[in-house]
Amino acid sequence: MSTAISDTTPPALAELAGPAQRGYWGTVGYRLRYDPVTLFFITILVLVILAAIFSPWLAPNDPYQESIIRRLKPPGYRGHILGTDELGRDMLSRLLYGGRITLTMGILPVLVATLIGGGLGVIAGFAGGFVNALIMRIMDVFYAFPSVLLAVAISGAMGGGAVNGMIALTLVFIPPLCRVAETATTQVRNLDFVDAARATGAPVRLVLWHHVLGNVLGPVLIYASSLISVGIILASGLSFLGLGVKPPEPDWGLMLNALRQAIYVSPLAAAMPGIAILITSVSMNMASDGLRAAMDVRS
Amino acid sequence: MFSYILRRLLAAIPIALGVSMVCFALVYLAPGDPIQTLLPPDADAETVDRLKRLYGLDRPLPIQYLSWLARVAVGDFGRSIATGRPVAEEIRRSLGNTVLLASVSVLIAFSIAFVMGTIAGRRAGSWIDRIVTGIAVLGVSLPNYWLGIVLVIIFAVELMALPASGMAGERFDPTSWEHLQFLVLPVFTLSMIPVGIIARTTRSAVSEVMNQEFIVTLRANGLPEWRVLRHALKNALPPVLAVMGLQFGTLMGGSILVETVFAWPGSGYLLSKAILTRDIPVLQGTILVLALIFVATNLIVDLFQSTLDPRIRRG
Repeated sequence: MSTAISDTTPPALAELAGPAQRGYWGTVGYRLRYDPVTLFFITILVLVILAAIFSPWLAPNDPYQESIIRRLKPPGYRGHILGTDELGRDMLSRLLYGGRITLTMGILPVLVATLIGGGLGVIAGFAGGFVNALIMRIMDVFYAFPSVLLAVAISGAMGGGAVNGMIALTLVFIPPLCRVAETATTQVRNLDFVDAARATGAPVRLVLWHHVLGNVLGPVLIYASSLISVGIILASGLSFLGLGVKPPEPDWGLMLNALRQAIYVSPLAAAMPGIAILITSVSMNMASDGLRAAMDVRS
Repeated sequence: MFSYILRRLLAAIPIALGVSMVCFALVYLAPGDPIQTLLPPDADAETVDRLKRLYGLDRPLPIQYLSWLARVAVGDFGRSIATGRPVAEEIRRSLGNTVLLASVSVLIAFSIAFVMGTIAGRRAGSWIDRIVTGIAVLGVSLPNYWLGIVLVIIFAVELMALPASGMAGERFDPTSWEHLQFLVLPVFTLSMIPVGIIARTTRSAVSEVMNQEFIVTLRANGLPEWRVLRHALKNALPPVLAVMGLQFGTLMGGSILVETVFAWPGSGYLLSKAILTRDIPVLQGTILVLALIFVATNLIVDLFQSTLDPRIRRG
C-alpha cells in the first residue's frame, strides 16, 4: 500500500503532506510503540513462542520420562519445579514441549486457511458474477455449522489425530477468511483508481497484485491474527475430546484431559495446562486488537 | 414483508441441502469402508457383498445420497452401532437437555452482558469501559472446558457446594433445587463466551447511539438522563438481540466440550460419546440436526431483525 502511494504521488505533493512522512507500516510501528498494553501482550506472546521453540534447551527433564513413584507430586518436589503429572512426568518440561504442538496446531491451520480462503475470496471478489456466486454459496454451506461442531464433525469422522485435526481446523477457518477477503476485494474493485489502472492498460495480474492485494491484505491479516487464539482453543479442545494429538505426546489440551481425572489428588496440576492456553489466547487477542487499532488508517 | 420472508425461506433451502450433503459425506471421510466397521475383520467377500447390497452401498453415490435424504426427511437416521437403538430416539432424548442448557446460558449471559456493555458504552474510553472490555476479551479467550474443570475443582471438590457432573433425573424439574443445582456450573461455564461477545456488541451499539444527534436534542430538551438512556437503549437493542439469537445457535452446536466436562446428558455429550466409540450413524445424525438448528436460528434472527429494522433487509 505504501508503495502504491509513493508511486503515484509526485514528490512535491508528498512534501506538502507534512513533516511526519512515515509511510503506512512506519505509522503502524509508530503507533504500536506508544501502546504499552499491546506491547506488553506482544512481549508475552513472543516469550511463549520462544519457550516453545527452545523447549529442548529450556526443559529441565525429559517430558516422556515416567516414574511410578513420583506420580502427581506438588510443585517443587525434588527439582520438579511445577510438580509431576499422572504418570510421574515433569510438568514444566511437558508444558514447554506441549507449547510446540499446541501452537503449531493452532497457528498452522490459520496460515493455510489464510492462503486458501484469502485467495478464493480475492478471486471471488475480483471475478464477480458466476464465479463469485459459486465460491460464496459453497462457503455459505460451511458457514451454516458452528465452528466447534464443524471441527469436531470433520476430525471425528476422519478418526482423530493431529494431522486430521489440523485439516479440520483449516476447513473451519477458510469460509470466514474467504468472506473477509471477498468483501474487501469487492469494495476495492469498484473504486476509481482500479478502473483507472485498468483503463491505462495495466494487465490484470498487475492490478490484482498491486492495487487489489495491497488493500485486501490488511483486513485479511488482522482477521487472521484474531483467529489464531480461536485456533489454539479449538485445537486444544479437539485434543481434550481425544480427537487431536495422541498420547504420550505432550499437548496442552490432551494434558488437560488426562489430568482431569486427577482433580481430587492434585487440582493445581489439572489447572496448569489451561493456564498456558489462557495466557496464550488472551495475549493473542489483545495483541490482535492492538494491531487492528494501529492498522486502522481512518483513525 | 411477506415476499421478503418467502425469499429468505427459499434462500435457506439450498443451504440446508448443502449442510445435508456435508453430513452425508462425513461417512466417506471415515478411514476404511463403512462396511468394515460393522463386520469382523475376517469376514469373507460374499458376506461383505451381501451387506453392501443390503445397505445400498453398491449403488452410485447420488442415488445413495437421495435415498439417505428421503429417510432422514422422515426422521430415520439409522441405528446406533454402540447401543442398537434408533439414532432419532437418542437425539430426541438428549436434545431437550442441550436446549435447556443453551437457552438458560444465553439468557443469563444477555442479562449480565447487556448491563456491562451499557455501562461501558455510555462512557467509552473511561476506566470502567477498560475493565468491561477486559472482561469481554477474557470471556472469549477462556478455554471454557478448562474453566469448567476449575469450577469443579473449586465448587465441587474443595467447597463441596455443588455437584461436579451429571443431572438429577430423566425429567428436569425447574422448581426443585435438587434439579437446578446441576445446572449452575455448566450454565456459568457456557455463558462466558456469549457474555464476552454480547458485552462487546452492546458496548459498541450503545456508544454509537450515544453519539447521535437525537441524544443531544433529548438532553437539550432537558430530559432526565435515565429517560435519555431509555431512548438510546431502544435503538441499541436490535443488533444486541440479533447477536444473542446467533449465540443460542452457536451454543447448541458448540456445547460439546462443556457437556463433556460436566457429563451433561445433552446432544454434545452424545456426540462426544459417539466419537469415542466411532459410532458414525450417531455422529452423522447429531451433527445434521445441530447444524439445521443453527441454520434455522440464523433464519429466525434474520427475519426478526428485519421486522424490527426494515433498513437491514438483504436483497
